Amino acid sequence: MIEVQSLSRYYGSRCAVDRVSFSISSREVVGFLGLNGAGKTTTLKVLAGLILPSGGDVAVDGVDMASSPTGVRARIGFLPEDPPLYTEMTVADSLRFVGGLRGMTDAAIADRLPGVLARTNLDDVADRVIGELSHGYRKRVGIASAIIHAPKLVILDEPISGLDPVQIVEMREVIKGLKDECTVLVSSHILSEISQTCDRILVLNNGRLVAQGTETELAGRFHIGGSIDLSLRGEEDAARAAIEGIEGVKKIIPLGHTDGVISIRVSMASDVREAIAAALVGAGLGLRGISDAHDELEGIFLELTDHEAGGES
Amino acid sequence: MKTISLLVRRELRSYFDTAWGWVILALVLILDGLLFNAFALGTRERYSANVLSDFFYFSSGTTMIAGILLTMRLIAEERQTGTFTLLQTAPISAHEIVLGKFLGAFTFLAIITALTAYMPALIFVHGRLSLGQILVGYTGLLSLGAATIAIGTFASAIARNQLLAAVLGAGMLVVLLLGWMLGQMTEPPLNGVFSYIAIFDRHFQPFMKGRLNIEGLVYYGSICFGFLLLATRSLQLRRLT
Repeated sequence: MIEVQSLSRYYGSRCAVDRVSFSISSREVVGFLGLNGAGKTTTLKVLAGLILPSGGDVAVDGVDMASSPTGVRARIGFLPEDPPLYTEMTVADSLRFVGGLRGMTDAAIADRLPGVLARTNLDDVADRVIGELSHGYRKRVGIASAIIHAPKLVILDEPISGLDPVQIVEMREVIKGLKDECTVLVSSHILSEISQTCDRILVLNNGRLVAQGTETELAGRFHIGGSIDLSLRGEEDAARAAIEGIEGVKKIIPLGHTDGVISIRVSMASDVREAIAAALVGAGLGLRGISDAHDELEGIFLELTDHEAGGES
Repeated sequence: MKTISLLVRRELRSYFDTAWGWVILALVLILDGLLFNAFALGTRERYSANVLSDFFYFSSGTTMIAGILLTMRLIAEERQTGTFTLLQTAPISAHEIVLGKFLGAFTFLAIITALTAYMPALIFVHGRLSLGQILVGYTGLLSLGAATIAIGTFASAIARNQLLAAVLGAGMLVVLLLGWMLGQMTEPPLNGVFSYIAIFDRHFQPFMKGRLNIEGLVYYGSICFGFLLLATRSLQLRRLT
Protein backbone atom coordinates (compact mmCIF):
# COMPACT_ATOMS: atom_id res chain seq x y z
CA MET A 1 0.00 0.00 0.00
CA ILE A 2 2.69 2.51 1.06
CA GLU A 3 6.34 1.93 0.38
CA VAL A 4 8.85 4.42 1.76
CA GLN A 5 12.51 3.85 0.95
CA SER A 6 15.38 5.88 2.44
CA LEU A 7 13.26 9.01 2.78
CA SER A 8 15.28 12.06 3.80
CA ARG A 9 14.32 15.68 4.22
CA TYR A 10 16.65 18.57 4.96
CA TYR A 11 15.74 22.12 5.99
CA GLY A 12 18.87 23.95 4.89
CA SER A 13 21.70 21.95 6.44
CA ARG A 14 19.49 20.51 9.22
CA CYS A 15 18.36 16.95 8.66
CA ALA A 16 14.74 16.57 9.83
CA VAL A 17 14.20 13.06 8.44
CA ASP A 18 17.12 10.72 7.95
CA ARG A 19 16.82 7.74 5.55
CA VAL A 20 13.50 6.48 6.90
CA SER A 21 12.14 3.27 5.35
CA PHE A 22 8.88 1.48 6.10
CA SER A 23 5.92 -0.11 4.40
CA ILE A 24 2.26 -0.18 5.39
CA SER A 25 -0.29 -2.74 4.25
CA SER A 26 -3.81 -2.02 3.09
CA ARG A 27 -6.44 -1.24 5.79
CA GLU A 28 -3.87 -1.03 8.55
CA VAL A 29 -3.97 1.66 11.23
CA VAL A 30 -0.38 2.64 11.90
CA GLY A 31 0.79 5.03 14.59
CA PHE A 32 3.67 7.40 14.16
CA LEU A 33 5.21 7.90 17.56
CA GLY A 34 7.90 10.33 18.55
CA LEU A 35 8.77 13.27 20.75
CA ASN A 36 8.12 16.77 19.50
CA GLY A 37 10.73 17.52 16.83
CA ALA A 38 11.35 13.82 16.07
CA GLY A 39 10.44 14.32 12.40
CA LYS A 40 6.85 13.01 12.44
CA THR A 41 5.19 16.06 10.91
CA THR A 42 7.90 16.48 8.28
CA THR A 43 7.50 12.84 7.22
CA LEU A 44 3.73 13.25 7.04
CA LYS A 45 4.07 16.45 5.02
CA VAL A 46 6.24 14.63 2.50
CA LEU A 47 3.75 11.75 2.29
CA ALA A 48 0.87 14.22 1.85
CA GLY A 49 2.72 15.97 -0.98
CA LEU A 50 3.02 19.29 0.85
CA ILE A 51 6.79 19.31 0.57
CA LEU A 52 9.18 17.38 -1.64
CA PRO A 53 11.69 14.94 -0.15
CA SER A 54 15.41 15.68 -0.34
CA GLY A 55 16.03 12.02 -1.13
CA GLY A 56 14.43 8.60 -1.21
CA ASP A 57 11.34 7.08 -2.80
CA VAL A 58 7.68 7.12 -1.83
CA ALA A 59 5.01 5.03 -3.54
CA VAL A 60 1.33 4.92 -2.61
CA ASP A 61 -0.89 2.23 -4.09
CA GLY A 62 1.84 1.50 -6.64
CA VAL A 63 2.10 5.14 -7.80
CA ASP A 64 5.52 6.71 -7.49
CA MET A 65 5.59 10.19 -5.97
CA ALA A 66 8.55 11.41 -8.04
CA SER A 67 6.98 10.53 -11.39
CA SER A 68 3.34 11.26 -10.53
CA PRO A 69 2.98 13.64 -7.56
CA THR A 70 -0.64 14.50 -8.43
CA GLY A 71 -1.41 10.79 -8.79
CA VAL A 72 -0.16 10.20 -5.25
CA ARG A 73 -2.01 13.23 -3.88
CA ALA A 74 -5.25 11.93 -5.45
CA ARG A 75 -4.89 8.78 -3.33
CA ILE A 76 -4.25 10.56 -0.04
CA GLY A 77 -6.40 12.44 2.45
CA PHE A 78 -4.52 14.64 4.90
CA LEU A 79 -5.61 16.24 8.16
CA PRO A 80 -2.95 18.54 9.64
CA GLU A 81 -2.96 19.38 13.35
CA ASP A 82 -4.99 22.54 12.66
CA PRO A 83 -7.76 21.56 10.22
CA PRO A 84 -7.61 23.67 7.04
CA LEU A 85 -11.17 24.96 6.75
CA TYR A 86 -12.88 27.89 5.07
CA THR A 87 -14.78 29.16 8.10
CA GLU A 88 -17.31 31.17 6.08
CA MET A 89 -18.60 28.00 4.37
CA THR A 90 -21.17 25.55 5.68
CA VAL A 91 -19.97 22.02 6.46
CA ALA A 92 -21.73 20.51 3.43
CA ASP A 93 -20.53 23.24 1.04
CA SER A 94 -16.98 22.86 2.32
CA LEU A 95 -17.06 19.10 1.70
CA ARG A 96 -18.52 19.63 -1.79
CA PHE A 97 -15.71 22.08 -2.55
CA VAL A 98 -13.00 19.72 -1.30
CA GLY A 99 -14.58 16.83 -3.24
CA GLY A 100 -14.52 18.92 -6.42
CA LEU A 101 -10.94 19.92 -5.73
CA ARG A 102 -10.07 16.23 -5.50
CA GLY A 103 -11.55 15.56 -8.91
CA MET A 104 -14.94 14.15 -7.92
CA THR A 105 -17.95 14.78 -10.13
CA ASP A 106 -21.04 16.49 -8.66
CA ALA A 107 -22.94 13.20 -8.83
CA ALA A 108 -20.14 11.33 -7.03
CA ILE A 109 -20.06 14.00 -4.30
CA ALA A 110 -23.84 13.86 -3.84
CA ASP A 111 -23.59 10.08 -3.58
CA ARG A 112 -20.71 10.07 -1.10
CA LEU A 113 -21.59 13.05 1.10
CA PRO A 114 -24.34 11.50 3.32
CA GLY A 115 -22.12 8.53 4.19
CA VAL A 116 -19.17 10.75 5.10
CA LEU A 117 -21.37 13.01 7.24
CA ALA A 118 -22.75 9.96 9.05
CA ARG A 119 -19.33 8.36 9.55
CA THR A 120 -17.96 11.53 11.13
CA ASN A 121 -21.15 12.31 13.10
CA LEU A 122 -21.70 15.60 11.30
CA ASP A 123 -25.28 15.05 10.06
CA ASP A 124 -26.76 17.49 12.55
CA VAL A 125 -24.39 20.34 11.63
CA ALA A 126 -24.20 19.83 7.85
CA ASP A 127 -25.85 23.19 7.15
CA ARG A 128 -24.06 25.13 9.89
CA VAL A 129 -21.31 27.63 9.08
CA ILE A 130 -17.92 26.15 10.10
CA GLY A 131 -16.92 29.35 11.92
CA GLU A 132 -19.71 28.70 14.45
CA LEU A 133 -18.56 25.15 15.30
CA SER A 134 -16.52 23.97 18.30
CA HIS A 135 -12.94 22.72 17.96
CA GLY A 136 -14.09 19.10 18.18
CA TYR A 137 -16.56 19.53 15.33
CA ARG A 138 -13.94 21.32 13.24
CA LYS A 139 -11.59 18.36 13.69
CA ARG A 140 -14.35 16.08 12.45
CA VAL A 141 -14.98 18.35 9.45
CA GLY A 142 -11.24 18.07 8.80
CA ILE A 143 -11.46 14.27 8.84
CA ALA A 144 -14.55 14.38 6.60
CA SER A 145 -12.57 16.57 4.15
CA ALA A 146 -9.73 14.05 4.24
CA ILE A 147 -11.97 11.09 3.35
CA ILE A 148 -14.60 12.68 1.06
CA HIS A 149 -12.83 11.36 -2.06
CA ALA A 150 -12.45 7.83 -0.65
CA PRO A 151 -8.63 7.94 -0.53
CA LYS A 152 -6.49 4.84 -0.21
CA LEU A 153 -4.47 6.42 2.59
CA VAL A 154 -5.60 8.88 5.28
CA ILE A 155 -2.92 10.78 7.19
CA LEU A 156 -3.93 12.31 10.52
CA ASP A 157 -1.44 14.58 12.29
CA GLU A 158 -2.17 14.81 16.02
CA PRO A 159 -5.92 14.22 15.52
CA ILE A 160 -6.83 14.48 19.20
CA SER A 161 -4.83 17.56 20.14
CA GLY A 162 -7.01 20.19 21.77
CA LEU A 163 -10.00 17.88 22.24
CA ASP A 164 -11.82 17.32 25.54
CA PRO A 165 -12.15 13.75 26.96
CA VAL A 166 -15.58 13.16 25.41
CA GLN A 167 -14.41 14.38 22.02
CA ILE A 168 -11.29 12.19 22.32
CA VAL A 169 -13.45 9.09 22.77
CA GLU A 170 -15.61 10.08 19.79
CA MET A 171 -12.55 10.80 17.64
CA ARG A 172 -11.05 7.45 18.58
CA GLU A 173 -14.15 5.69 17.29
CA VAL A 174 -14.06 7.72 14.07
CA ILE A 175 -10.41 6.76 13.49
CA LYS A 176 -11.07 3.09 14.16
CA GLY A 177 -14.02 3.24 11.77
CA LEU A 178 -11.82 4.55 8.95
CA LYS A 179 -10.02 1.19 8.85
CA ASP A 180 -13.04 -0.29 7.05
CA GLU A 181 -12.29 1.62 3.89
CA CYS A 182 -8.69 2.83 3.90
CA THR A 183 -5.23 2.70 5.41
CA VAL A 184 -4.69 5.17 8.24
CA LEU A 185 -1.46 6.74 9.41
CA VAL A 186 -1.85 8.55 12.73
CA SER A 187 0.81 10.73 14.25
CA SER A 188 0.80 11.49 17.94
CA HIS A 189 3.08 12.05 20.86
CA ILE A 190 0.38 10.76 23.21
CA LEU A 191 1.34 7.17 23.89
CA SER A 192 -2.02 5.93 25.15
CA GLU A 193 -3.69 7.20 22.00
CA ILE A 194 -1.37 5.29 19.70
CA SER A 195 -1.75 2.23 21.90
CA GLN A 196 -5.55 2.32 21.71
CA THR A 197 -6.10 3.12 18.05
CA CYS A 198 -3.24 1.58 16.09
CA ASP A 199 -2.44 -1.93 14.87
CA ARG A 200 1.23 -1.17 14.47
CA ILE A 201 3.67 1.48 15.64
CA LEU A 202 6.54 3.30 13.94
CA VAL A 203 8.83 5.04 16.40
CA LEU A 204 10.78 8.07 15.21
CA ASN A 205 13.56 9.70 17.16
CA ASN A 206 15.87 12.47 15.92
CA GLY A 207 14.58 12.01 12.38
CA ARG A 208 15.33 8.29 12.29
CA LEU A 209 13.01 5.32 12.45
CA VAL A 210 14.26 3.52 15.56
CA ALA A 211 11.70 0.72 15.76
CA GLN A 212 8.52 -0.63 14.20
CA GLY A 213 6.07 -3.39 15.02
CA THR A 214 3.06 -4.11 17.19
CA GLU A 215 3.12 -3.08 20.81
CA THR A 216 3.63 -6.71 21.85
CA GLU A 217 6.45 -7.22 19.35
CA LEU A 218 8.23 -4.11 20.56
CA ALA A 219 7.74 -5.13 24.19
CA GLY A 220 9.25 -8.53 23.42
CA ARG A 221 12.16 -7.03 21.50
CA PHE A 222 13.07 -4.70 24.33
CA HIS A 223 12.28 -7.28 27.03
CA ILE A 224 9.66 -5.05 28.54
CA GLY A 225 7.06 -6.97 30.49
CA GLY A 226 5.17 -3.87 31.44
CA SER A 227 4.06 -2.81 34.88
CA ILE A 228 1.38 -4.03 37.24
CA ASP A 229 -0.36 -2.38 40.15
CA LEU A 230 -0.92 -4.55 43.23
CA SER A 231 -3.16 -3.95 46.22
CA LEU A 232 -2.61 -6.18 49.21
CA ARG A 233 -3.13 -6.40 52.94
CA GLY A 234 0.15 -6.49 54.85
CA GLU A 235 3.41 -4.61 55.31
CA GLU A 236 5.22 -3.00 52.40
CA ASP A 237 8.58 -4.40 53.57
CA ALA A 238 7.19 -7.91 53.62
CA ALA A 239 5.80 -7.51 50.13
CA ARG A 240 9.08 -6.12 48.86
CA ALA A 241 11.01 -9.00 50.48
CA ALA A 242 8.67 -11.53 48.87
CA ILE A 243 8.97 -10.34 45.27
CA GLU A 244 12.23 -8.49 44.81
CA GLY A 245 14.16 -11.72 44.43
CA ILE A 246 12.04 -12.86 41.46
CA GLU A 247 13.92 -12.80 38.18
CA GLY A 248 12.20 -10.27 35.89
CA VAL A 249 11.18 -7.81 38.59
CA LYS A 250 12.88 -4.52 37.78
CA LYS A 251 11.51 -2.00 40.17
CA ILE A 252 9.03 -1.77 43.07
CA ILE A 253 7.35 1.57 43.61
CA PRO A 254 5.07 2.19 46.63
CA LEU A 255 1.90 4.06 45.63
CA GLY A 256 0.35 4.54 49.11
CA HIS A 257 -1.89 2.83 51.62
CA THR A 258 -5.50 3.08 52.79
CA ASP A 259 -7.07 1.28 55.79
CA GLY A 260 -4.25 -1.27 56.00
CA VAL A 261 -4.29 -1.99 52.27
CA ILE A 262 -1.09 -1.01 50.48
CA SER A 263 -0.67 -0.29 46.79
CA ILE A 264 2.56 -0.89 44.92
CA ARG A 265 3.61 -0.74 41.28
CA VAL A 266 5.94 -3.42 39.99
CA SER A 267 7.92 -2.79 36.82
CA MET A 268 8.91 -6.01 35.02
CA ALA A 269 11.52 -6.95 32.46
CA SER A 270 9.37 -9.89 31.41
CA ASP A 271 5.86 -11.10 32.18
CA VAL A 272 6.26 -12.60 35.70
CA ARG A 273 2.79 -11.79 37.04
CA GLU A 274 2.05 -15.39 38.08
CA ALA A 275 5.34 -15.72 39.97
CA ILE A 276 4.68 -12.44 41.79
CA ALA A 277 1.15 -13.50 42.79
CA ALA A 278 2.41 -16.88 44.01
CA ALA A 279 5.24 -15.30 46.02
CA LEU A 280 2.89 -12.83 47.73
CA VAL A 281 0.35 -15.50 48.62
CA GLY A 282 3.18 -17.78 49.78
CA ALA A 283 4.45 -15.03 52.09
CA GLY A 284 1.05 -14.84 53.76
CA LEU A 285 0.09 -11.47 52.34
CA GLY A 286 -3.54 -10.92 51.39
CA LEU A 287 -3.51 -10.21 47.65
CA ARG A 288 -6.63 -8.18 46.94
CA GLY A 289 -6.04 -6.97 43.43
CA ILE A 290 -3.67 -7.11 40.46
CA SER A 291 -4.09 -4.88 37.41
CA ASP A 292 -2.18 -3.71 34.33
CA ALA A 293 -0.57 -0.30 34.87
CA HIS A 294 -1.10 0.55 31.15
CA ASP A 295 2.34 1.99 30.59
CA GLU A 296 3.86 -0.69 28.41
CA LEU A 297 4.19 1.64 25.45
CA GLU A 298 5.71 4.30 27.64
CA GLY A 299 8.34 1.81 28.70
CA ILE A 300 9.11 0.89 25.12
CA PHE A 301 9.32 4.50 24.12
CA LEU A 302 11.61 5.49 26.96
CA GLU A 303 13.76 2.45 26.27
CA LEU A 304 14.08 3.41 22.62
CA THR A 305 14.81 7.07 23.18
CA ASP A 306 17.28 6.26 26.00
CA HIS A 307 18.97 3.75 23.72
CA GLU A 308 19.20 6.35 20.94
CA ALA A 309 20.57 9.00 23.27
CA GLY A 310 23.08 6.52 24.61
CA GLY A 311 24.10 5.52 21.13
CA GLU A 312 24.79 9.09 20.15
CA SER A 313 26.80 10.06 23.15
CA MET B 1 -10.37 23.21 -16.34
CA LYS B 2 -13.05 22.04 -13.88
CA THR B 3 -10.68 22.69 -10.98
CA ILE B 4 -9.89 26.20 -12.22
CA SER B 5 -13.61 26.96 -12.54
CA LEU B 6 -14.12 25.60 -8.99
CA LEU B 7 -11.40 27.89 -7.64
CA VAL B 8 -12.82 30.88 -9.53
CA ARG B 9 -16.27 30.27 -8.02
CA ARG B 10 -14.81 29.92 -4.54
CA GLU B 11 -12.82 33.14 -4.87
CA LEU B 12 -15.87 35.01 -6.13
CA ARG B 13 -17.95 33.62 -3.31
CA SER B 14 -15.36 34.62 -0.74
CA TYR B 15 -15.50 38.24 -2.02
CA PHE B 16 -19.29 38.31 -1.80
CA ASP B 17 -19.50 36.39 1.51
CA THR B 18 -17.07 38.64 3.38
CA ALA B 19 -17.06 42.37 4.06
CA TRP B 20 -13.73 42.77 2.26
CA GLY B 21 -15.21 42.34 -1.23
CA TRP B 22 -18.08 44.71 -0.55
CA VAL B 23 -15.75 47.34 0.95
CA ILE B 24 -13.57 47.32 -2.18
CA LEU B 25 -16.63 47.42 -4.44
CA ALA B 26 -18.07 50.38 -2.54
CA LEU B 27 -14.72 52.17 -2.39
CA VAL B 28 -14.20 51.96 -6.16
CA LEU B 29 -17.75 53.05 -7.03
CA ILE B 30 -17.70 55.98 -4.58
CA LEU B 31 -14.26 57.19 -5.70
CA ASP B 32 -15.11 56.79 -9.39
CA GLY B 33 -18.43 58.59 -8.89
CA LEU B 34 -16.86 61.51 -7.00
CA LEU B 35 -14.00 61.90 -9.46
CA PHE B 36 -16.37 61.65 -12.43
CA ASN B 37 -18.67 64.29 -10.98
CA ALA B 38 -15.97 66.69 -9.81
CA PHE B 39 -13.43 66.50 -12.63
CA ALA B 40 -14.78 64.68 -15.69
CA LEU B 41 -18.18 66.39 -15.81
CA GLY B 42 -17.06 69.67 -14.22
CA THR B 43 -19.12 72.83 -14.60
CA ARG B 44 -18.05 74.13 -18.03
CA GLU B 45 -19.09 72.80 -21.44
CA ARG B 46 -16.76 70.13 -22.87
CA TYR B 47 -16.66 67.63 -25.68
CA SER B 48 -18.24 64.31 -24.68
CA ALA B 49 -15.16 62.43 -25.91
CA ASN B 50 -12.95 64.41 -23.49
CA VAL B 51 -15.33 63.75 -20.60
CA LEU B 52 -15.18 60.03 -21.35
CA SER B 53 -11.40 60.15 -21.70
CA ASP B 54 -11.16 61.76 -18.25
CA PHE B 55 -13.49 59.10 -16.84
CA PHE B 56 -11.14 56.34 -18.02
CA TYR B 57 -8.15 58.30 -16.71
CA PHE B 58 -9.58 58.45 -13.17
CA SER B 59 -10.97 54.91 -13.32
CA SER B 60 -7.53 53.54 -14.15
CA GLY B 61 -6.28 54.73 -10.73
CA THR B 62 -9.13 53.14 -8.78
CA THR B 63 -8.80 49.95 -10.85
CA MET B 64 -5.13 49.62 -9.92
CA ILE B 65 -5.87 50.26 -6.23
CA ALA B 66 -8.70 47.71 -6.31
CA GLY B 67 -6.43 45.19 -8.05
CA ILE B 68 -3.86 45.38 -5.26
CA LEU B 69 -6.50 45.25 -2.51
CA LEU B 70 -8.24 42.26 -4.08
CA THR B 71 -5.07 40.23 -4.49
CA MET B 72 -3.32 40.93 -1.16
CA ARG B 73 -5.34 38.14 0.53
CA LEU B 74 -5.42 35.79 -2.44
CA ILE B 75 -2.64 33.38 -1.41
CA ALA B 76 -0.96 35.11 1.57
CA GLU B 77 -4.13 34.97 3.70
CA GLU B 78 -4.73 31.31 2.87
CA ARG B 79 -1.19 30.52 3.85
CA GLN B 80 -1.65 32.42 7.13
CA THR B 81 -4.91 30.66 8.01
CA GLY B 82 -3.63 27.26 6.88
CA THR B 83 -6.29 26.67 4.22
CA PHE B 84 -3.64 26.72 1.50
CA THR B 85 -2.79 23.19 2.68
CA LEU B 86 -6.09 22.05 1.14
CA LEU B 87 -4.97 23.28 -2.26
CA GLN B 88 -1.41 22.03 -1.93
CA THR B 89 -2.47 18.50 -1.00
CA ALA B 90 -5.11 18.30 -3.73
CA PRO B 91 -4.23 16.61 -7.02
CA ILE B 92 -3.92 19.94 -8.84
CA SER B 93 -0.90 21.74 -10.20
CA ALA B 94 0.56 25.07 -9.09
CA HIS B 95 -0.45 26.72 -12.36
CA GLU B 96 -4.08 25.67 -11.85
CA ILE B 97 -4.04 27.22 -8.36
CA VAL B 98 -2.52 30.47 -9.66
CA LEU B 99 -4.84 30.65 -12.66
CA GLY B 100 -7.93 29.93 -10.54
CA LYS B 101 -6.97 32.63 -8.03
CA PHE B 102 -6.11 35.14 -10.77
CA LEU B 103 -9.34 34.57 -12.70
CA GLY B 104 -11.44 34.75 -9.52
CA ALA B 105 -10.00 38.14 -8.57
CA PHE B 106 -10.18 39.36 -12.17
CA THR B 107 -13.84 38.34 -12.50
CA PHE B 108 -14.69 40.29 -9.35
CA LEU B 109 -12.78 43.31 -10.66
CA ALA B 110 -14.64 42.98 -13.99
CA ILE B 111 -17.95 43.03 -12.11
CA ILE B 112 -16.91 46.21 -10.28
CA THR B 113 -15.77 47.74 -13.58
CA ALA B 114 -19.06 46.83 -15.26
CA LEU B 115 -20.94 48.61 -12.45
CA THR B 116 -19.23 51.88 -13.41
CA ALA B 117 -20.93 51.78 -16.83
CA TYR B 118 -23.69 54.10 -15.63
CA MET B 119 -21.18 56.97 -15.73
CA PRO B 120 -20.43 56.80 -19.49
CA ALA B 121 -24.18 56.26 -19.95
CA LEU B 122 -24.84 59.60 -18.18
CA ILE B 123 -22.80 61.38 -20.85
CA PHE B 124 -25.47 60.36 -23.37
CA VAL B 125 -28.01 62.57 -21.54
CA HIS B 126 -26.49 65.81 -22.85
CA GLY B 127 -23.89 64.61 -25.32
CA ARG B 128 -23.03 62.20 -28.09
CA LEU B 129 -20.55 59.41 -27.80
CA SER B 130 -19.05 56.71 -29.98
CA LEU B 131 -19.87 53.29 -28.59
CA GLY B 132 -16.47 52.23 -29.93
CA GLN B 133 -14.65 54.65 -27.61
CA ILE B 134 -16.53 53.24 -24.64
CA LEU B 135 -15.75 49.62 -25.60
CA VAL B 136 -12.09 50.37 -26.32
CA GLY B 137 -11.77 52.33 -23.08
CA TYR B 138 -13.21 49.46 -21.06
CA THR B 139 -10.93 47.01 -22.92
CA GLY B 140 -7.95 49.10 -21.77
CA LEU B 141 -9.31 49.36 -18.24
CA LEU B 142 -9.80 45.58 -17.95
CA SER B 143 -6.35 44.93 -19.46
CA LEU B 144 -4.74 47.28 -16.95
CA GLY B 145 -6.78 45.60 -14.18
CA ALA B 146 -5.68 42.13 -15.30
CA ALA B 147 -2.02 43.21 -15.28
CA THR B 148 -2.40 44.70 -11.78
CA ILE B 149 -4.04 41.51 -10.52
CA ALA B 150 -1.24 39.39 -12.00
CA ILE B 151 1.33 41.56 -10.19
CA GLY B 152 -0.70 41.32 -6.96
CA THR B 153 -1.04 37.54 -7.32
CA PHE B 154 2.73 37.20 -7.54
CA ALA B 155 3.18 39.48 -4.51
CA SER B 156 0.62 37.42 -2.56
CA ALA B 157 2.43 34.20 -3.54
CA ILE B 158 5.78 35.33 -2.15
CA ALA B 159 4.64 37.38 0.88
CA ARG B 160 4.34 36.00 4.40
CA ASN B 161 1.19 37.97 5.16
CA GLN B 162 -1.48 40.09 3.52
CA LEU B 163 -0.02 43.44 4.51
CA LEU B 164 3.36 42.57 3.07
CA ALA B 165 1.62 41.31 -0.07
CA ALA B 166 -0.12 44.68 -0.49
CA VAL B 167 3.13 46.60 0.08
CA LEU B 168 5.06 44.39 -2.36
CA GLY B 169 2.32 44.54 -4.99
CA ALA B 170 1.97 48.31 -4.68
CA GLY B 171 5.75 48.70 -4.78
CA MET B 172 6.09 46.73 -8.02
CA LEU B 173 3.19 48.66 -9.54
CA VAL B 174 4.73 52.02 -8.60
CA VAL B 175 8.03 51.00 -10.22
CA LEU B 176 6.15 50.15 -13.44
CA LEU B 177 4.11 53.37 -13.19
CA LEU B 178 7.24 55.50 -12.86
CA GLY B 179 8.79 53.97 -15.97
CA TRP B 180 7.76 56.98 -18.08
CA MET B 181 9.57 59.32 -15.68
CA LEU B 182 12.76 57.27 -15.91
CA GLY B 183 12.31 57.28 -19.68
CA GLN B 184 12.41 61.07 -19.67
CA MET B 185 15.43 61.22 -17.40
CA THR B 186 17.63 58.75 -19.27
CA GLU B 187 19.40 58.68 -22.64
CA PRO B 188 18.76 56.26 -25.54
CA PRO B 189 18.53 53.32 -25.65
CA LEU B 190 17.56 53.10 -21.93
CA ASN B 191 14.82 55.68 -22.27
CA GLY B 192 13.06 53.46 -24.81
CA VAL B 193 13.18 50.50 -22.46
CA PHE B 194 11.86 52.49 -19.50
CA SER B 195 9.04 54.11 -21.42
CA TYR B 196 8.04 50.69 -22.81
CA ILE B 197 7.81 49.08 -19.38
CA ALA B 198 5.68 51.96 -18.03
CA ILE B 199 2.32 50.38 -17.24
CA PHE B 200 0.19 53.48 -17.77
CA ASP B 201 1.59 56.29 -19.89
CA ARG B 202 2.43 54.77 -23.24
CA HIS B 203 0.12 51.76 -23.13
CA PHE B 204 -3.08 52.98 -21.51
CA GLN B 205 -3.50 56.51 -22.86
CA PRO B 206 -4.49 55.42 -26.41
CA PHE B 207 -7.34 53.33 -24.91
CA MET B 208 -8.65 56.41 -23.07
CA LYS B 209 -8.97 58.22 -26.36
CA GLY B 210 -10.72 55.32 -28.08
CA ARG B 211 -7.72 53.97 -30.04
CA LEU B 212 -7.43 50.20 -29.85
CA ASN B 213 -3.78 49.83 -28.95
CA ILE B 214 -2.55 46.39 -30.02
CA GLU B 215 0.93 47.10 -28.62
CA GLY B 216 -0.75 47.87 -25.30
CA LEU B 217 -2.74 44.63 -25.36
CA VAL B 218 0.44 42.65 -26.06
CA TYR B 219 2.20 44.52 -23.23
CA TYR B 220 -0.59 43.83 -20.69
CA GLY B 221 -0.80 40.21 -21.86
CA SER B 222 2.96 39.85 -21.35
CA ILE B 223 2.77 41.37 -17.86
CA CYS B 224 -0.01 38.90 -16.96
CA PHE B 225 1.90 35.93 -18.38
CA GLY B 226 5.20 36.93 -16.77
CA PHE B 227 3.90 37.59 -13.27
CA LEU B 228 1.59 34.56 -13.23
CA LEU B 229 4.54 32.41 -14.31
CA LEU B 230 6.60 33.87 -11.45
CA ALA B 231 3.75 33.18 -9.00
CA THR B 232 3.54 29.57 -10.23
CA ARG B 233 7.29 29.08 -9.91
CA SER B 234 7.30 30.51 -6.38
CA LEU B 235 4.60 28.02 -5.32
CA GLN B 236 6.56 25.15 -6.87
CA LEU B 237 9.75 26.27 -5.11
CA ARG B 238 7.98 26.41 -1.76
CA ARG B 239 7.58 22.64 -1.86
CA LEU B 240 11.37 22.37 -1.92
CA THR B 241 12.09 24.67 1.02
